[in-house]
Formats: sequence, C-alpha cells, structure tokens
Amino acid sequence: MTLPPLAYHALVGFVVLNVVIGMVTYVTLLERKFAARMQSRIGPYYVGPHGLLQPIADAIKLMIKEDVVPTAADRWVYNLAPIVFLVPCVLIFATLPFAPGLGVADLNIGVLFFLAVSSLEIVGLFMGGWGSNNKYALLSAMRAVNQIISYDLPFVFAALVPVVLAGSLQMSVIVEAQRGLWFGAYPVIGWLSFIAFLVATLAAENRVPFDILEAESELVAGFRVEYSGMKFALIQLGEYAHMIGTSFLGALLFLGGWLGPGSDYVLIGAFWFLLKAMLVFLVITWVRWSFVRIRVDQILAISWKLLLPASLVLLLAAAFWVAVRGGHGA
Amino acid sequence: MVHQTVEIGYGGSERLTMNMGPQHPSAHGVFRAILTLEGETVVGVDAVIGYLHRCHEKLGETLTYVQYPSIASKTDYVAAMTAELAYVSAVELVGKIDVPKRAQWLRVLAAELQRVASHCLWLGTWCMDMGGALGGGATVFLYAIREREDILDLFESLTGARLLYGFHQPGGTRYDLPAGWTEQCRKTLDRVEQRLGEYEAMLEDNAFFLVRTQGVGVISRELAQEIGVSGPLLRGSGVNHDLRTAAPYSSYEAFEFRVPVETAGDCYARYRVRMVEFRESIKIARQALDGLPEGPISSRPGVKSVGQVRVPKGEGYARVEGARGEVGCYLVADGGAKPYRLKWRGASFSNLSVLPHILPGVKVADVVAIMGSVDPVFGEVDR
Repeated sequence: MTLPPLAYHALVGFVVLNVVIGMVTYVTLLERKFAARMQSRIGPYYVGPHGLLQPIADAIKLMIKEDVVPTAADRWVYNLAPIVFLVPCVLIFATLPFAPGLGVADLNIGVLFFLAVSSLEIVGLFMGGWGSNNKYALLSAMRAVNQIISYDLPFVFAALVPVVLAGSLQMSVIVEAQRGLWFGAYPVIGWLSFIAFLVATLAAENRVPFDILEAESELVAGFRVEYSGMKFALIQLGEYAHMIGTSFLGALLFLGGWLGPGSDYVLIGAFWFLLKAMLVFLVITWVRWSFVRIRVDQILAISWKLLLPASLVLLLAAAFWVAVRGGHGA
Repeated sequence: MVHQTVEIGYGGSERLTMNMGPQHPSAHGVFRAILTLEGETVVGVDAVIGYLHRCHEKLGETLTYVQYPSIASKTDYVAAMTAELAYVSAVELVGKIDVPKRAQWLRVLAAELQRVASHCLWLGTWCMDMGGALGGGATVFLYAIREREDILDLFESLTGARLLYGFHQPGGTRYDLPAGWTEQCRKTLDRVEQRLGEYEAMLEDNAFFLVRTQGVGVISRELAQEIGVSGPLLRGSGVNHDLRTAAPYSSYEAFEFRVPVETAGDCYARYRVRMVEFRESIKIARQALDGLPEGPISSRPGVKSVGQVRVPKGEGYARVEGARGEVGCYLVADGGAKPYRLKWRGASFSNLSVLPHILPGVKVADVVAIMGSVDPVFGEVDR
C-alpha cells in the first residue's frame, strides 16, 4: 500500500517533529552530563538510573508550573513570542535528510530554506524582549537584533562554501558530493570555512562566548526573564532545537552527512549522521563551558571586521577554485 | 543610605535607568547600582549601600573583649580570620597584652590560609560574572570552590567551624594545631598551588578572557590614592603598599615573601596581583609550618574560658592586611570589660567607593566585570 504524497509527508513530518522534540529533551541531559564531567561534578543523578529520567521530570515540572504574565506586559506580543520563536526553530528540520531518502522533504533549495527560516527566530526573540516590558529584556532584545543581523551574514557565507563546491543547494546532493572527501577536510578552503561556520553557529545560537542575549550576570536572563512555566519551556525547546538543527547542518555540509562504512543501509547511514551531528554539538558545548562571554561591541567587531570579510573571501576562493577546475565535487 | 552620583556628558538623549541590585545574580552581596544607560553605555551611577547594616560597632560596645572576636568574624565573612585578627590586635594594642611567638605564627598561618580561601572565592565569582553561571565562568567557579573547600576543611579541623571561627583571642589563639594537621595542610597547599597553574593556563591563554579584562576598569594611581583603596586594587594600580611589609604585625617581619605590584590598574592587573598573592600566601604558610616555634599559644591562662580581659583606659588603632586590603579597628577603652567605642575600617568599603568614578563610560557587561574585580564583601561594607 502506498500513501498519497501529502499524507506521507504529513506522517513523516509528525514523526520527525516528535523525534526532534525527544532529542531536544535528551540533548539537555547530554549537555548537563558533559558539563558536569568538565567541572568535576556528577550532574543529574537521582531521577532514574544515572539521571536518565531527568529531562522528563524537568518537562513535567515546567508543564505544571504557574504561568505568570506580568501585568505591564503587552499581552498579545508576550504570549505569541514563544510560539513565533519555536516554529522556525522546528521548521528547519523540514529539509534535513537523516539518511538517503529519510527526511520530510529533500528540497532542491534545501540549504536556502534552512538559512532563511533559521534567521526568522529573531522575530520571536525580539517580540519576547519587547512584550515583557522589562528593562533587562528590552536591552537583551536590542542585543539580539544587533548580534543576529551581524552573524547571519558570515553564517550564510560559510554555509555557502560547500554549496559552491558541490554545485547544488540540495542537501542530499551536497552529501553525495562529499563521497571522496568531506568538505570539512577539503584543504584550506574547507578547513577555514568549517571554522567560520562553527564560530558563526555559536553566535547565531546565542551560545557562550556570544550569549550576550541571555547574559544572566548582567541582564539576569535577558529576553526570557519574565517567562515561566510552559512558555519558558517552549523558548528552551526552540533554542535547543535550533542548536541541534545547526549541528545537523554542520554534519551535512562539512562532515559528509550519513557517509561512512555501511552507509548504504538507511539505518547505518542515519547512525553515522547522528554521531557526527552530536560531535558538532559536543564541540559547541565544550566551547560553552570553557569560555567567558565577550562584550557586545567586541562581538560586533569580530563579526564585521574579521568573520564577514574572511567568509566572503572563502566563498570567492571556493567559486574561483570551482571555475578553475571546471567541475564540482570533492 | 549613602548616595553618590557621578555623571558624564553624553551626546544622546534617550536614557534608560536600570537597577543592578540589591537582588541581582551578579551583585556580590547586596550592592545596588542604579545605572543610567545610553544604549549599552553607562553614563551615570548611583551607588546605594546599607542593605546589610547590622549595627556591628554598637554591638561591639555591648560585648566583652572575649566575646566579640567571634562576632568580629561576621564583618568580613569571606575572610573571617583577618577580621578577628584586626579586633584582637586592637585590644592587645590598647591593653598592652603580649602575644607569645607561637600564637603569632599561628595567626600568620591562619591569615594566609584565609587569604588563599578568600581569593579562591573571588576568582570563581569574578569569572562567573564574566562567563555566566551557564558558561565557562561556572567551570572556573566550581574548580575554585573545590580548592576553597579543602582549606575550609583545614579550618574545620583546627577550630570546629568552617566560615566564622572565633580562633583569635586577646593574648593569643584559642586552639593549637591538632595532630596530623600539618601534613594535611602541606598536602592541601601543594594541591592548590599545582591547580593554580591550571587556572592561569585556562584563563590567560584565552583571548576572550584577555579582551574582557585588559584595559577595563582602569584605576589610575592618583585616583587609587585619593579614594584610599587598599589591597590588591592599590597594588594593581602601581602602589607598592602592603601592611605586612609596610607595618609588620604578628611577626610578619620573620617571613620572606614578595609583594606583587602591577602598574596597569585594570581588571587584568588586579587579577595578576591576586594570582601572585595566592602563591606568596602559600609560601608564607609553608614557612609558618616549617618554623612554628614551640611554646604557649596564649599569654593569658585559661584562655578557653570566658575569663574577662580588662583593658585600661586608652585608645588605639590596629590594622592588618586582609584579603581585600587594610582592615582596621579603632578601639576606645574606658577600663571596663567592654570597649567604650569601636570603629571598623572595612577594606571593601573604601575599595567600593572607587566604583562611581570608574563606571561611567563603560558598557553594561563591564560593570559586573569591574565590580567583581573589586571583590567587595558586603558584611564589611555595611557592618
């Protein structure tokens, strides 16, 4: 029996959505355990064996918490913000293939879709910061706009290098183009653009050392200081979903996606893909727990004076290289 | 409440008043800074203190000379040993009470261990201010707290208390070293010293840490002297002044150590001064362990009892170099068992008053970095 295309996509979308949300909850546990190990602690331990049920306990706790809305808040904007923030963060998974043929939609403009949608989260961030009617939140929203506008450009340029090398915006084609050599291992151009991609990823995800939006030591918790209960959970969910999404993108564009020994089988391919994505995620986490946060002006300086020109040059170099060689692929 | 407002001229017109404290994740204690912001830049600071006022000086008039030292430790609760030492030194100065050599060396040992513990807490909280409770700062914080725990364990086996000790008494110390303590202390000192190198590697090899601290919150030599800051702040601004060498007390002249001085006056200079002080304190503590003289630990018999000390009529000011700077105690005695008047000079109080002079013009994120580098303890500011 074959399903009609629409029903098939709806079914796959439903499954992927739930898998993503399940992963997000468990990735928090991974991060907490990893951070604990770095800090000579144990981390979550008491809920379930070795704290394995901690994410579920956290989710239940957040669901049954009181939902407080500040009286002075702009109610519409305030209530909508978590949803507006979450939707693009989950939507980015639509074009990510987990293995050959396993994914919601392998669009021929997949990378473009990802980049366009993922930068939409700024709207939700700004709505949250503005609607809370809190000075910390407002400052944080200001910083958010500054930072995300500055870092989207290098992020896009760095992500376009593999696109140029592969000659396609379709994720599966980009992965297949890396059969000989991963783009992350591509001499000079690939190495540098992978580094630029990782740095821009940190900033686009508001992670340490670029987490000036959250900045709990100065702005308490930034744009989400007034959120509680499920709305807070939605924001957290969106943030981690975005982070995993960009880790997936990094694995697809630079680390050869599902390619690996035995990747002709869908499940083994998916395993390799998840493994690489989690490695990217752990690198991000590792950076997070060992760096201090830098100042807003320094963040902007890094972006405009260093990262943006560097990624532009890399993109031009990649285009030049493809033109000289007269062909795509590794 | 003490208000002090300093503003600088600024071209813009849209101003935002933002409260930082008294309840704020990075306020070290209950400091309230009402910041006037133009965008991200601080243009005005209104510093408010007094939220932790506990009538310490009045309390000093109602408690006997024997009772008060354990209360004195509550002025600077992060470095309680030196606060107690300041008080008993004042009593001994006014009462002309002798202190046996062994007690003096024990006091030095306790004071230097306390300095290490206090600097550990400072390093951790300061990095957390800059790096966030959910970032690299928390990592340094947990490392530093781990080392501080070890030293608090030492204090616990020495005095029975971990934070507020009651170790010093007029005329000497209350306790002698328990059996096996010296070996434990040496092990702890070795471990702390070895790990200090790891922290320096983690922080100083990190470009982001350097850009956050170098050139930030510069206190000029002139300003430092005019405001009357002391301790690592003063030495970070290029003034070589340390009471342990400038006016030695409690046998400090018998120890060999270096007083670190940095000239830049920024957060990084203060950090460097404290990092060197860590090592020098460990050095002094080792010397104290090596050469601890034999003899009584107190010049008064029955010092463990609440036997009264009577101090003849007179007055005097005794000062010691605490972890944060000069901790002084001015005592007026009327011949009874309690002081007539007691006045504290808290190092944090003077150090904190430099903030309104250096904060205008910096970014919001630097406010917490600078505040952390001053290392205020509010028990000592408000008393």
